Amino acid sequence: MKRNPQRTEKIAFFILLLSALLVVMLVGLIIFIIIEKGIGALSWQFLTDIPRQGMRAGGIFPAIIGTIYLVTGAIIFALPLGVLAAVYLSEYSKDNFLTRMIKLAIVNLAGVPSVVYGLFGLALFVIFFKLGVSIISGSLTLGIMILPIIIATSRESLESVPYIFREVSFSLGASKWHTIRHVVLPNAIPGILTGTILGLSRAAGETAPILFTVAAFYLPRLPKSIFDQVMALPYHLYVISTQVPNVEEKIRFGTAFVLLILVLLMNLVAIIIRYQFRKKKRW
Amino acid sequence: MRKSSEFIIEKIVFLSGITSIIFVLLIFLFLLKEGLMLFKTVKVPDFLLGKNWYPISEPPQLGILPLILGSLIVTVGATIISVPIGIGCAIYIAEIAPLKLKEFLKSGIELLAAIPSVVLGFIGMVTLVPFIKHLFNIPTGLTALSGSIMLAFMAMPTIVSIAEDALYSVPKSYREGALALGATHWQTIWRVILPASSSGILASVMLGIGRVIGETMAVMMITGNAARIPSSILQPVRTLTATIAAEMGETVVGSEHYFALFAIGIVLFLISFLVNVTADLFLHKKQ
Repeated sequence: MKRNPQRTEKIAFFILLLSALLVVMLVGLIIFIIIEKGIGALSWQFLTDIPRQGMRAGGIFPAIIGTIYLVTGAIIFALPLGVLAAVYLSEYSKDNFLTRMIKLAIVNLAGVPSVVYGLFGLALFVIFFKLGVSIISGSLTLGIMILPIIIATSRESLESVPYIFREVSFSLGASKWHTIRHVVLPNAIPGILTGTILGLSRAAGETAPILFTVAAFYLPRLPKSIFDQVMALPYHLYVISTQVPNVEEKIRFGTAFVLLILVLLMNLVAIIIRYQFRKKKRW
Repeated sequence: MRKSSEFIIEKIVFLSGITSIIFVLLIFLFLLKEGLMLFKTVKVPDFLLGKNWYPISEPPQLGILPLILGSLIVTVGATIISVPIGIGCAIYIAEIAPLKLKEFLKSGIELLAAIPSVVLGFIGMVTLVPFIKHLFNIPTGLTALSGSIMLAFMAMPTIVSIAEDALYSVPKSYREGALALGATHWQTIWRVILPASSSGILASVMLGIGRVIGETMAVMMITGNAARIPSSILQPVRTLTATIAAEMGETVVGSEHYFALFAIGIVLFLISFLVNVTADLFLHKKQ
């Protein structure tokens, strides 16, 4: 049979299309299954009640609150640090060995396995700083984990502010920091916000870093201080799907549903902000 | 006055700039601090090549070979599945898809990256695991194969997004040159664009593998966690990450078992460090 480039192309493109559709359709299927089976469990009581009967009944309120505390703590720590680090990289750093090392360190931070963050948090915050298994230990661990996300997105949005903005500010006599503070940063806020929300959503979904630093197996009350343990949504899902026998499917899917929707909503908000910003961009 | 405050602010900005380096060093330091204590009582070869992981027997046997092989078999399986599909997906998105479809596919992949691994693990438990069990008619569906399939899926966003960037960065003139010589679109992709972006694509594969080795929750939920040397892909295995996650909660701080889990942490940290540095070199070679 003679080789026919046109036909080869058709076959190749068809296979490529199939591989792309396979991945995306599986994603759709997973989300569909969770929504379809989880939405039935959703009720006001499920969202606002404590878990009862060894987590086989009742709601997931303490886990929702725990996750909110944890991501808030993580962002309080990671946002200022991440934005300043991004300011350094985009405005101050020169193209030298140190900058190269910083960039490599960020790449590595992003690549460290999540369970290793858990070990690190245990060794540094829980044991060495004697903070115990607590909200503060968990938040700091999650904060370090999402730092690369915040630095990368903030830096990108700082660097997209045109250089001429800075030159105009300098020519009016403003100092370097003054220029950054009043000209560069305000123009980069949508990008920084996007990164912050993506970081929040990542922190909300991670389980391994909080396993030994904060998460409580079963704690049907709200935390009293930042040195308390809390339940958290992802860990709760892990517990009721593998550690506790005979949990109703409805409750497990309901928990997965709440966690998934929480994370997807945050991502949606981030995407909308990015889209609005691109549309409004004046340069 | 203003000058000195500017000076202080610049110092703060500089310190924030180098925190990433500090944190990487701190992570490594604290893993070493706890992990190296193990080697006062256990020899390094016995740890890395020991065939038995019985941490709570008396005396404990702390050989991680079964765990290394567990991670390896799951990773190899996931790589075999995810690399062709992931790169195919990237080629389709970057080179072929019409604009609307391209946006749709890209948001689908982004959506996947956003799903927490514990949710994917849960879905794997209730769908993939029973499916594998029935398909092969085996006593349990919690196998290395289930783990490989789920991990292949989870590596997809990493592989696709980085490979896609690599394909985009091929200069337009290469493409135009090939087309002008009468090559079909597919010949251009296969003979010109893929070779030109090979180092970036290699980096995407490496980072995908790094993601697979480090993945914890989903793997722990669907691979069965049996710490023995696997002889088939249809057996339960236990990975390095799952061992730490499953056992750290039950160990006594300062025990040999505790130190051994940190030593596993060192192994994982070094693997991810190696993967990321090499991938970074590949990405920079391109420019």
